[in-house]
Amino acid sequence: MPPSTEAVARVGVLAPSGMLGAGFDPETIERGLALDPDVIAIDGGSTDSGPHYLGAAVAKTTAAAVRRDLRILIKAAATADIPLIVGSCGTSGTDSGVDWVAGIAEQIMAEEGLDLKIARIYSEQEAAFLKEELDAGRVHPLAPHGPLQPETLESCTHIVGMMGHEPFVEAIRAGAQVILAGRATDTALAAAVPMMLGMPGGPAWHAAKVVECGGQCTTDPRAGGVFATIDHNGFVIEPLAAANACTPLSVAAHMLYETANPYRMREPAGTLDVSDATYTALDERRVRVEGSRFEPAEQHTIKLEGAQVTGYETVSFTGIRDPYITANIDRWAALLRLIVTDRVGQTLGLTDDEYGLDIRLYGHNAILEDIDPDSTPPREVGVMLVVNAPSQATATAIAKVANPLMLHLPLPEMEYLPSFAFATSPAETPRGAAYEFVLNHVVDVDSATSMFRTEYSREVSRA
Amino acid sequence: MPEHSNHPPTLGDYAIEVRSKNAGPFWVTMETFMKDSAAYAIAADESFLNEAVVADLYRVDAAQVQIFRIPALNVVKISFPRPVTQASLRDRDIHAGQHHVPLAALRVPEPATAEPVERDN
Repeated sequence: MPPSTEAVARVGVLAPSGMLGAGFDPETIERGLALDPDVIAIDGGSTDSGPHYLGAAVAKTTAAAVRRDLRILIKAAATADIPLIVGSCGTSGTDSGVDWVAGIAEQIMAEEGLDLKIARIYSEQEAAFLKEELDAGRVHPLAPHGPLQPETLESCTHIVGMMGHEPFVEAIRAGAQVILAGRATDTALAAAVPMMLGMPGGPAWHAAKVVECGGQCTTDPRAGGVFATIDHNGFVIEPLAAANACTPLSVAAHMLYETANPYRMREPAGTLDVSDATYTALDERRVRVEGSRFEPAEQHTIKLEGAQVTGYETVSFTGIRDPYITANIDRWAALLRLIVTDRVGQTLGLTDDEYGLDIRLYGHNAILEDIDPDSTPPREVGVMLVVNAPSQATATAIAKVANPLMLHLPLPEMEYLPSFAFATSPAETPRGAAYEFVLNHVVDVDSATSMFRTEYSREVSRA
Repeated sequence: MPEHSNHPPTLGDYAIEVRSKNAGPFWVTMETFMKDSAAYAIAADESFLNEAVVADLYRVDAAQVQIFRIPALNVVKISFPRPVTQASLRDRDIHAGQHHVPLAALRVPEPATAEPVERDN
C-alpha cells in the first residue's frame, strides 16, 4: 500500500546510515521500525571521492556491501509496509548505477520471496538537450565557475542532473515501494515523504539535511543512523542506537559539515534557511529543532554534474632514506624534474606541454606543498611520480624513462651513486583514465520532473 | 602559557578541533571548534583572523573567502573555492581533509585571553 497522501500530524524518517554499503547494526533498524517510520531513506553516493565514479560510471562501494545493507532494508520496508528510497545509486547516480542497484534489489527479492514494486528514476542527461537549453539562455554558472561552453558538454563522458523530492513523490504516488534514483540532492530522499504528506518545507528540509549523513549529527557517528520525526512546527532527531545521543551542539554542528554556507542551502525548489533555528534538548539523547524556513525559489533549477577524461595516468613510487638527499630534497626533486623532462624529450620526442608530471614528496610536503607551516627536514621521503599523458602507453613510457632516475639520481656534488627504495616491482602502476568534474551549472526548468525518467518494475496502478 | 610547548600558542591550541573538508568538488570549507567563549573570542577577532589572513595562508583570492562567525557553537567557519580542482593532476588531497593544518598552526598574538586546551602530545 502506498502511504496515504492525506495530511497527517507527524512523519517519521528512518535514516540507517550515511551511505548504502557503509554498513550498520541490524538491531538499529529494528529500533528504528519501533519508532513508526513512514519511509526509510538512504543515500547511495556522493561526489566527495572524486570524479572517477561519474566519469567511468562505476561505484565506489562493492556489490557485496550494497547487497548486505539492501537486504536488511528491503526486508524492513516490506515488514513495515513503507517505501524505501535510495538516492544517487552507484555512487554517482548514472543510469548504469541505478540499474546496478536495481539488479541487486531484484536478486534479493527473488531470494527472500518478496514482490515489491521497484521504481528506477534515471537522471543522466544528453549533451544535445543541454546545448539547446544553453542556447536558450537557461543554463547558468554557480560560483566560482564562469559561463558554460558547449564543447564542455560534449567532452563529458557522463552528465547527471540532481533531482529534488518531486520525482520520488511521483513514484510513491504511483505505488512504488522501492525507489532507486539516479543523482539526487542528499536531502531530497529524506524530504520526499514529509513533503508529500504535507509537512512544511522548513522542518522537512532541515530534518533531511540533519539525517543525510546518518550518525554524523550524533555524539558517536560510528554507532549507526538516526530517526527524524517531522511535524508542522519542527522536528525531533534521535539516534537509532540506544547508547548514542543527539545533543543541541551535535545537531547544530552538522549544518557545518561539507557545506560552504552553514545557514542557507539551495535545493532545486528553493532555499533552506536555518539562521533562526533553535535546538532544544528534550532529554539526554533527543533534540527538538524549530524555526527553520524554506524559501521557495522564483525559478526551479536542476544542478548538473559532469566529468571528462583529462588523460591517462601512470604512477611510480620510490623511497629515500639517505640523510644527505632528504636534507636537500627540494633541490633533488627539482633536478629529477629537469632530467626527466630532458630524457622524455630525447627518447619519446615529447615536449613538456604534451604531458603532465607531478612529483610529490610524501614525508616532506606532499600534501600542503608551499603552504605547509612546518619546514622541519624529513627523516624519510616517499617520492610519488604521477604522469598524465594522452594515452596510457605514453604515460607508462614516461614513467619508465623516469625509472632509472628514481632508482639512482645523485645530487651533482655527491661522489657516490645512491640507490633508492622502490616500493613495488614493477615500479610503474597504470591508473587508467583520469577525470575531472567540469560542470558547476544549473538548468532552469518549468517542471521539477521533466529531466528525469521513471520506469517501474511492473504495471502499477495510479493512486 | 601552555607548559607542553615552548613556541607561541597557535589557534589549534585553543580549539577542541580544527577540521577541513570538501564542500562539493569546487569548494573547501574548514571549521575551528573553539573550547569556550574566551577561545572563540580569539578566533572570531576580525583583526586576527580575516579574509586577507586566510588568503595569505592558502594563497587564494581574499575576495572569494567567506567567513562565518557562529558564537552559539564557538565556531569560526571558513569557505573558499578549491585552489586546485579535485582529483586533477595537482590535487594531493582529494577530500581536502588535511587542509586545516595551516589554519590550526596560525600563531595567536599575546597576551591570549584564554588558556590553551591541555593535550597529551
